[in-house]
Amino acid sequence: MRFLEIIMKINKLFFASVLLLAANIYASPIESITGAGASFPYPLYAKWAEMYQAKTGMKLNYQAIGSGGGMKQIQAKTVDFGASDKPLSAEELKQNGLIQFPTIIGGITPIVNLANIKPGQLKLTGPVLAGIYLGKIKKWNDPAISALNSNITLPEQDITVVHRSDSSGTSFLFTYYLSQVNPAWKAQVGFDAAVAWPVGVGGKGNSGVASYVQRIPGGIGYVEFAYAHQNQLVYTQLRNKAGTFILPLMKTFSAAAANADWQHTEKFYLLLTDMPGKNSWPITGASFVLMQANQEQATHGKAVLQFFDWAYRYGAQAARDLYYVELPAQAITLIKKSWAKEIKWN
Amino acid sequence: MELNTDLIFRFITQIFTYFVLLILIAILIFLVMGSLPAIKAFGLHFIVSTDWNPISKQFGGLPTIVGTLTTSIIALLIGVPISFGIALFLTELSPTWLKHPLRIAMELLAGIPSIIYGMWGLFVFAPAFGSHVQPWLSQHLGKLPILGVFFQGPPLGIGVLTAGIILSIMIIPFMAAVMRDVFAIVPDMLKESAYALGATTWDVERSIVLPYAKIGVMGSIMLGLGRAFGETMAVAFVVGNTHILSASLLMPGNTIASALANEFTEANGELYSASLIELGLVLFLITSALLFFSKLLLKKLAKYEAK
Repeated sequence: MRFLEIIMKINKLFFASVLLLAANIYASPIESITGAGASFPYPLYAKWAEMYQAKTGMKLNYQAIGSGGGMKQIQAKTVDFGASDKPLSAEELKQNGLIQFPTIIGGITPIVNLANIKPGQLKLTGPVLAGIYLGKIKKWNDPAISALNSNITLPEQDITVVHRSDSSGTSFLFTYYLSQVNPAWKAQVGFDAAVAWPVGVGGKGNSGVASYVQRIPGGIGYVEFAYAHQNQLVYTQLRNKAGTFILPLMKTFSAAAANADWQHTEKFYLLLTDMPGKNSWPITGASFVLMQANQEQATHGKAVLQFFDWAYRYGAQAARDLYYVELPAQAITLIKKSWAKEIKWN
Repeated sequence: MELNTDLIFRFITQIFTYFVLLILIAILIFLVMGSLPAIKAFGLHFIVSTDWNPISKQFGGLPTIVGTLTTSIIALLIGVPISFGIALFLTELSPTWLKHPLRIAMELLAGIPSIIYGMWGLFVFAPAFGSHVQPWLSQHLGKLPILGVFFQGPPLGIGVLTAGIILSIMIIPFMAAVMRDVFAIVPDMLKESAYALGATTWDVERSIVLPYAKIGVMGSIMLGLGRAFGETMAVAFVVGNTHILSASLLMPGNTIASALANEFTEANGELYSASLIELGLVLFLITSALLFFSKLLLKKLAKYEAK
């Protein structure tokens, strides 16, 4: 009998505390927003989150699980926003009841491992890059490469192609660019976050690609510029659409973004590769945020928008410190218009 | 009423045991259900196809299945003789004062997390292997008829052979420890009788210890093979991760476990995920088949001996 009484008491206490806890959660305004997805903008989102929390007290919990994972999570509504380096088409957005907007811009650069070649010294073009990745250009002293680099003596060395082994937004942009500039690549391989690579070795993540390139003499790979810069990898010049050889720099990423047609692109499905303009870096890309078009929890959705609104206003310097580039002003105006138009609040 | 504590105890332990069985069945069901779309789309063709194209949605498991088997077999070819030698030395030849430190070293080696082996493999072993050993292999063995195709290609440092060697280093401590234990239980009387008859250490090992400890040695090999099949991170670092199947052991390849680790998180599209899960199912079946055949073999051996 005594025993039963104790059990009942414990039960009562337990339920009372649970109720109290639940009441607390629903009564107070939210303290944190959650997001998941692309790893490319993760360092920046983390930095922004830290600054934003110091100012407003709102926490951002962002999990860099990859673009594909971010898409799955936002579809399942387990997070307040998803992030992806690969934009969804207007049709895909409609099917899944999502909206998207770009947040930040970055560049992708080829990296090489050749004796006596310094960063930014080697010149390549999109079609030559495609030839290398198709396995058609096999040696570094191939006429196609030497013709671009008359001032350097290139060795008769095998080219070892390194690509991403995981599916990634970086691969998506890289293969999209190759498809744009080389019909053979488009027909034979195409573009996606993961493709059937005709040749080469696969490394996981930027770090995997970079370490393979550094290990293998004669290796070539592609990584995000921030990663190449921080790790002092040997990046190359590329010839852009206007025909100028250009270095991967923040100002050339900016130029590519500025030369894009933000106004007439439906749902921001905008890939900044092979942009016109003589200062545009050819493999530039934006990172995107995905949200539910129909917001069931208005407090969460509004908190997310407030966060990115703040980031557009005050986040540019933090972005530049980490080798990202902020969006052009006209794009930000358009994004804010789209928020007002496309999100439904319940 | 008096509680029958024995009965309760039995009941609880029984539940624990059934729980294991339940989990096994649940995993199998999950794997089959998850891979159904791929099984429907590709059928048996999946295990012989070399396609792996996320864009055209054509998937085949042959390169990863071959890679899993090849790396594991290389690991065994290198690992078994060395483990055998280690166990022999530790039980028969080593001076007593050296036995203890050697055992501890082996246990430490067994306790190193696999990702450390992967990093060591990529940053230390692969560059050295690529610049000193692989050029020699492709220059000398690459020219041989028939066997040559296994040793051709650029010296990348990473690849199927490298993965096999790293795997062998990882499984040696396990196999050697088990072999040492089973060698140690061979009755001294048997060994000493053989020595008394004038047998050398090798004679004793081959004709007395090995037949006596056969089951244990088989068990240790199976343990090593099982670990090699499933090893993920260390292999992902050094195998090269490509779905292109090549005959040469110096070229990059892929294994099932490594492909899953690399691609599962961002596999979008039902067929892509299902194909990866089917690879998992294949690995599960390979491991089960291995267990089944080793049990069968041991049974046959036992029968043969009883005669």
